[in-house]
Amino acid sequence: MKRRNLMKGAALIMTLGMTVGGAVAQEAEKKIIGVSIPSATHGFMGGLNWHAQDTIARLGKAYPNLEFVLATAGDAAKQVNDIEDMMATRNIDGLVVLPFESEPLTAPVKAVKDAGKFVTVVDRGLSEDGIEDLYVAGDNTAFGRVAGEYFKGNLAAGSKIVVLRGIPTTLDNERVEAFQKALEGSDVEILDMQHGNWNRDDAFTVMQDYLSKYPKIDAVWAADDDMAIGVLEAISAANRNDEMWVIGGAGMKEIVKRIMDGDKQLPVNVTYPPALISSAIEMTALNFVSKAPMTGRFIIGSQLITPENAEQFYYPDSPF
Amino acid sequence: MKRLDLHTLGPIVALIALVILGAMLNSSFLAPANITNVLARSAFIGMIAVGMTFVITAGGLDLSVGSMAAFLAGVAIIAMNAALPSLGANWGTIILGMIVAIIGGLSAGWLNGALITKARIEPFIVTLGTMGIFRSLVTWLADGGTLSLQSELRTLYRPVYYGGFGWITWPIITFAVVAIIGEWMMRHSRFGRHVEAIGSNERVARYSAIDVNRVKLMTYVLLGLLVGLAVVLYVPRLGSASGSTGVLWELEAIAAVIIGGTALKGGTGRVWGTVVGVLILSLIDNILNLADLVSPYLNGAIQGVIIVLAVVLQREKSTADER
Repeated sequence: MKRRNLMKGAALIMTLGMTVGGAVAQEAEKKIIGVSIPSATHGFMGGLNWHAQDTIARLGKAYPNLEFVLATAGDAAKQVNDIEDMMATRNIDGLVVLPFESEPLTAPVKAVKDAGKFVTVVDRGLSEDGIEDLYVAGDNTAFGRVAGEYFKGNLAAGSKIVVLRGIPTTLDNERVEAFQKALEGSDVEILDMQHGNWNRDDAFTVMQDYLSKYPKIDAVWAADDDMAIGVLEAISAANRNDEMWVIGGAGMKEIVKRIMDGDKQLPVNVTYPPALISSAIEMTALNFVSKAPMTGRFIIGSQLITPENAEQFYYPDSPF
Repeated sequence: MKRLDLHTLGPIVALIALVILGAMLNSSFLAPANITNVLARSAFIGMIAVGMTFVITAGGLDLSVGSMAAFLAGVAIIAMNAALPSLGANWGTIILGMIVAIIGGLSAGWLNGALITKARIEPFIVTLGTMGIFRSLVTWLADGGTLSLQSELRTLYRPVYYGGFGWITWPIITFAVVAIIGEWMMRHSRFGRHVEAIGSNERVARYSAIDVNRVKLMTYVLLGLLVGLAVVLYVPRLGSASGSTGVLWELEAIAAVIIGGTALKGGTGRVWGTVVGVLILSLIDNILNLADLVSPYLNGAIQGVIIVLAVVLQREKSTADER
């Protein structure tokens, strides 16, 4: 099922590539949108790739005068090449880009903008303000705050929690600072914060060590669903399932399913949807097919997934 | 005899020092649960590092083991999930998955070895290539996401990692058996002596009627087998594999081998030293998590310093010996 989707995506890109040249000449109204995103190296990016392909397939059918060119890059240098190729050989009218890194991508994206194209930047900002027409991103501060507020509201005074951090980045810092700020004024104590690097195995190891170190833990902020899986496994190996609950983040389908089923160990989750790429592509497409204003900043809030609303966050076909 | 002791003592001294440090910093360090954790999580890298000892001793290198482990875990999971409807959730399905992992490991190791010995390409280049290939293949198989074992199978398979005789779980037992057999092979078997002979001087080994290519090929096949075995024990832990499984395992395994006193240029292999090296690496991680010694940002730096120190300690002693 998943494989077939990927094939469809690949086939789509190939047919696009083949038809672009002829189609442009025949129909003056044809608009081409380039989409440049990092390749699927971990769960979240896998989900993002899936949503990008899914959205492109759908929009291609809905708007016959729109063409899409999708490129995925494993590093910043490759992404710069992709964007230059799109400009040189595909003659794009709009660009949707999720920069691999801010600094190296700023100049190439600025060149696209200077050529008079519509530029949408997704999730990671460029290092210079005012280049993009449209900015679509998740809200890292809200991601930490929503989780922090849940801990504050659902733990008794004197409760003790542990935190797993991601890969050391500004993004991770923003989340953790907002989390700590939301907990201020409560009697909840953060025992420890170590890096689990958004990785199942690392999170498993860190959690095992937390469990050896602290006899009393009431809750865990795993801050990411991949880490939550490792954490849950470590807790269950230590037979301490009944002592603590775990909050992950980002809305992985397996975790959302367990929330839907009312799992006591996973009461809620906080979204940071990989589908934000869909919002960006849709809005860019609307810019070309409608008169609706599409410039500005669009920040996607982080919502709390509860057993009651979990169904609307559940994408069984997505790899994430 | 006494000199030999001094020469080889380095890694053991470092290990004992770490154990004492850990016990002083946190009382739960020596609790059986923590010891089980540390030994069990050392088992994957440990078994791979034992195989790596033979490859390096014969003058080779294998950078692909981490990616190979991720790929084999992915293939084994796919095989078990595919067999579930026809075979059902029983040990037959799981044994099938284990066989897939082991045969996959043997074939992947053979592929590396054949490219190195038959096509005569540098081991560094061959395994750098296969490292990228295996890593991409598992990402592709998982469609960029994560491959997960069906939950019925997972429940059944789980005790292979978590179960055992009390505190001594299966990964610890397997690791111990692999280490003992490895040590015996290196010291007392003809294969081990041939491996050392090739590593110290390949031409002389050839003149001594050793089938150099065959022995070299066998070191990679042996390493592949041990990667497969590590995967058999890894899959039940989290029941999943993704593009981020086993990242940097190859460097950890190589580091453990070198800390243990095997020469990177080949010629002398010390399997028990490798085991000590693996334990040192796991203990550093464990101690840094258990004690709030430094900012977690600096964990990598502490590891680096201890790795270099462990080797320096041992090299100084060996140069002193030679004088």
